[in-house]
Amino acid sequence: MWSRRLGRLRPVACGAEELRRRRREREAALRKARREQQLVSKRLLRDDAPEEAGEGGVVAVLGEAEVQQFLRLAQRGTEEKERERALVSLRRGLQHPETQQTFIRLEGGMRILVGLLTSNQALLQLEAARCLHELSHSEQSVVAEACLPATSYLLTYLSSHSSDFIELCLYTLGNLIVESEAVRRQLLPQGIVPALAACIQSPHVAVLEALGYALSQLLQAKEAPEKIIPSILGSTLPQHMLQLLQPGPKLNPGVAVEFAWCLHYITCSQVNNALLITHGALSTLGLLLLDLAGAVQRTEYAGLELLACPVLRCLSNLLTEAAVETTGEQMQLRDERVIAALFILLQFFLQKQPSLLPEGLWLLNNLTANSPSFCTSLLSLHLIEPLLQLLPVSNVVSVMVLTVLCNVAEKGPAYCQQLWPGPLLPSLLNTLAFSDTEVVGQSLELLHLLFLYQPEAIHAFLQQSGLKALERHQEEAQLQNRVHALCWTALHR
Amino acid sequence: MQLPPALRTRLAGGPGAAKPLPVERDPAAGAAPFRFATRLVRFPREHEFFEDVLSQVAEAPERPRVPEFTCQVAGCCQVFDALEDYEHHYHTLHRNVCSFCKRAFPSGHLLDAHILEWHDSLFQILSERQDMYQCLVEGCTEKFKTSKARKDHLVKLHLYPADFRFDKPQKGRGPATAAETLGADREPSEGEAMEVCSEPTAPSPAPAGGRWTYSHRIPSTICFGQGASRGFKSTKKRNKHL
Repeated sequence: MWSRRLGRLRPVACGAEELRRRRREREAALRKARREQQLVSKRLLRDDAPEEAGEGGVVAVLGEAEVQQFLRLAQRGTEEKERERALVSLRRGLQHPETQQTFIRLEGGMRILVGLLTSNQALLQLEAARCLHELSHSEQSVVAEACLPATSYLLTYLSSHSSDFIELCLYTLGNLIVESEAVRRQLLPQGIVPALAACIQSPHVAVLEALGYALSQLLQAKEAPEKIIPSILGSTLPQHMLQLLQPGPKLNPGVAVEFAWCLHYITCSQVNNALLITHGALSTLGLLLLDLAGAVQRTEYAGLELLACPVLRCLSNLLTEAAVETTGEQMQLRDERVIAALFILLQFFLQKQPSLLPEGLWLLNNLTANSPSFCTSLLSLHLIEPLLQLLPVSNVVSVMVLTVLCNVAEKGPAYCQQLWPGPLLPSLLNTLAFSDTEVVGQSLELLHLLFLYQPEAIHAFLQQSGLKALERHQEEAQLQNRVHALCWTALHR
Repeated sequence: MQLPPALRTRLAGGPGAAKPLPVERDPAAGAAPFRFATRLVRFPREHEFFEDVLSQVAEAPERPRVPEFTCQVAGCCQVFDALEDYEHHYHTLHRNVCSFCKRAFPSGHLLDAHILEWHDSLFQILSERQDMYQCLVEGCTEKFKTSKARKDHLVKLHLYPADFRFDKPQKGRGPATAAETLGADREPSEGEAMEVCSEPTAPSPAPAGGRWTYSHRIPSTICFGQGASRGFKSTKKRNKHL
């Protein structure tokens, strides 16, 4: 599951476009497989194994007559146990796509199921809900759409008090939301947003995780930025989500993961991030980042990447909002400990999860781009050398590291004086040996700033065969002007 | 990647920003052919940077089984062997129950609406003068003169089914409800929405101290002992499910 962006771990040998194409193909396949995995993993496997393995453990497809019979028994059977058993048999059969098709084509079938869902017999209700849950797993939108008559009830039950039932309804809704735009179009006027806003106040962890799942499916819908996210931002959901992300003894990692991803889907849609900032998103996420670094230090790694990834993405995107500059002191992110925490995470990523290095460096860029204070922190906390150690990881990572170094260098002589003497120059001479144009281009920009603000470095550059390293690229269209300019500066300063 | 030891100390320290070194830019820095400028980078939703979707594989929790026990509400004789079945039964049948007519509702919200509309005589008087029938969708504050007007709103605006079970009108209560009688209901076994189970009561086992007595509203602090963990785990023997 973690083998994303493997392509970025090797320096580029062939064309970047070809690699991008291959990466997209591979990742589309991975995404599909993972989504299936996600659906399966969210399935509430509540059956006891012995119960399932009736005749050798294989669940049979049900024919139309059998489906009708089970429905009739469930609806009109005289004994409750008999009715329940009929529904259980139906539910097992519904694990098969064929049975699902048979069921939805049966006239009145859904009506009976909805009747049982809203009956006064709790166990029948539960089994009926489980049948719906099975149907919700279908990958065919026609099956999801057949469940439309049930959605108003699923939503009504979100304000009931049975936490397991609520959980089941939420997972079912989440699954249906994925499959069908028609379902989503109906759920919004039916009041799903206020229902979720009420439900998120539940103290039950299982309910919150299920809610996070349903909400994240809603937020990933293609029409979400225009049709869904505005209502969500207009509700109390953002405040509650941020509360559930506050570090402290009450923070539940499973719940936090779900809502951190929800927050990411909201922020990257860029509907109204300023609102999130006024709710204190930056400081909450900043504190959470510190918390994550603490977890790394305590070697509590399990599932850390799942939370770190959306936190980094949210922070990075939120920092680009103009509102950041105008809000009060406590809303902003000025704490130097954020830099320290980020580097602890970068080290962790390098060892365990290199594919998250771009996320971490993206945040580092946004923190340092316009902040003399954070650039000073990089220098005073001696983080330049660790940063340089990331250069060989991949071209993408190299470019980002060099960009961060440029952020520091462009602030003038006081900053460049701390960049040289030091390990920077030898590293730059190494990156000049790369064949990737973007890496070399960024190296040239950094060299230019270094020569400008710390001319003493030029001599050392020449001594270490810098000219030769430059000349290798003098034929390259994208690089030649800069190469020539640097050669000229080196020889004439 | 070697991190300086002082970094951990800094993380453990208090909040604070570094005093920035003086910034002094030379215009030659951005002169052609060089083009570097600091840039806040944002990635929108569809950007390939986000092409990978991490998904969490959640372990489904095991359903705990306990020795069989009976519902303790007076007059109810349901038996259970799993806590969540009992919890669901309780919440379905005994929780949001109207103390006037014993109907059960899925939520406190719907129960409140029912009591107001069916059992509050003041409501009937007031509703002749002002819009009193409130929309059933939580979060919608619309009110209506009649139950039918409310139903129309539910169907047209909120896309609710016309036969929504928790909005059945009262039988024989004024002209507005004449058209919607139980005869239209195609499942005779369902009866009115959420009737309380009224199976012939054999003498029920002696209730153990009446723990679950109820008024028409039950405080939400009732919890079934699950708290943060998932029900009874190793404290009781598990019955084999027969």
